[in-house]
Amino acid sequence: MSTTFWIIIAGAVATYLTRIGGHLVISRFDTIHPRVEAGLNAVPAAVLTTLVAPELLNAGPVEWAALVVTAVVSLRGGLMAMFLAGAAVLIVARQFVG
Amino acid sequence: MATDVISESGTKSDFWQGVRLSMPVVVASAPFAVLFGALAVDNGFSVLEAFLMSALVYGGASQMVGIQLFGQHVAPWLIVLSIFAVNFRHVLYSAGIGRRIAHWPVISQALGYFILTDPQFAVAEARAQSGQTVGFAWYLGLGLPVYVFWIVESALGAVFGKLIPDTHALGIDFLLPIYFLGLVLGFRKRPLWLPVVIASAAASIIAYKTVGSPWHVSIGAIAGVLLAVILPPHHSGVKARP
Repeated sequence: MSTTFWIIIAGAVATYLTRIGGHLVISRFDTIHPRVEAGLNAVPAAVLTTLVAPELLNAGPVEWAALVVTAVVSLRGGLMAMFLAGAAVLIVARQFVG
Repeated sequence: MATDVISESGTKSDFWQGVRLSMPVVVASAPFAVLFGALAVDNGFSVLEAFLMSALVYGGASQMVGIQLFGQHVAPWLIVLSIFAVNFRHVLYSAGIGRRIAHWPVISQALGYFILTDPQFAVAEARAQSGQTVGFAWYLGLGLPVYVFWIVESALGAVFGKLIPDTHALGIDFLLPIYFLGLVLGFRKRPLWLPVVIASAAASIIAYKTVGSPWHVSIGAIAGVLLAVILPPHHSGVKARP
């Protein structure tokens, strides 16, 4: 079996643990410590930010324009609208700037 | 006998009611499934592997993170850890939905947790809060179409991705950062969002420059989470224990 296959299997097991784990753990406790809960609340923004921030170091004007448009559209639209707007700017601008 | 018939038809209409609610989710997730397939192939996955990952992991953002790191030749255990980290939010969904589906048979519960995605949680929790029972048939009607379309579209995207000659011109290499920025911004209403984002961004950029990829992901994430843990809980909108 390839490494990729095992990454997928392990990733699937890890994911299932998160989906059933909260129930298994929480059903054993009456309360979650507020600091733990605060930390858990911060997880999505903290993890996802690290996937964007370093890309800014290598981003050119085209990439910056796409990200700015994405951010502006996010003030009104949903995830799909912002993604499409950012992607459209990126693809169109790359035809000219490359 | 008569009650059997009634409960049977009730279950059926519950299922279809769930299917109806699943349609917006199916439509909204379709482009991401196709995108995932195309990006997976672009990052070195085969079509079968892209299909398998969608069928077994079934978590859009974590799959994107996984293939992104895979393409950067990151150590396998770190890819798995990152998938775990991105999916960690499900722990809270799981804790929340548990009391709503505790009356199901254990096997049904086990299946229910497998398809517990962001929209699945949001819609099921909304139904529970409106005072209605979250039944297995309804829950399955809500989740099954999303799952089936997700894996089929992933495979289609992977087949299609093999046909794209110039991925740079189509911007495919930079679509993920845009997608992740969209996800980050989607959480902006949460308390403490901006401080966490700033802490994670700063820490990940510094780590990227010094320690290097892929450690910037873990280091940046830990910085943001630590900030939320260290600050007094009321900043996070979490009520202190009485």
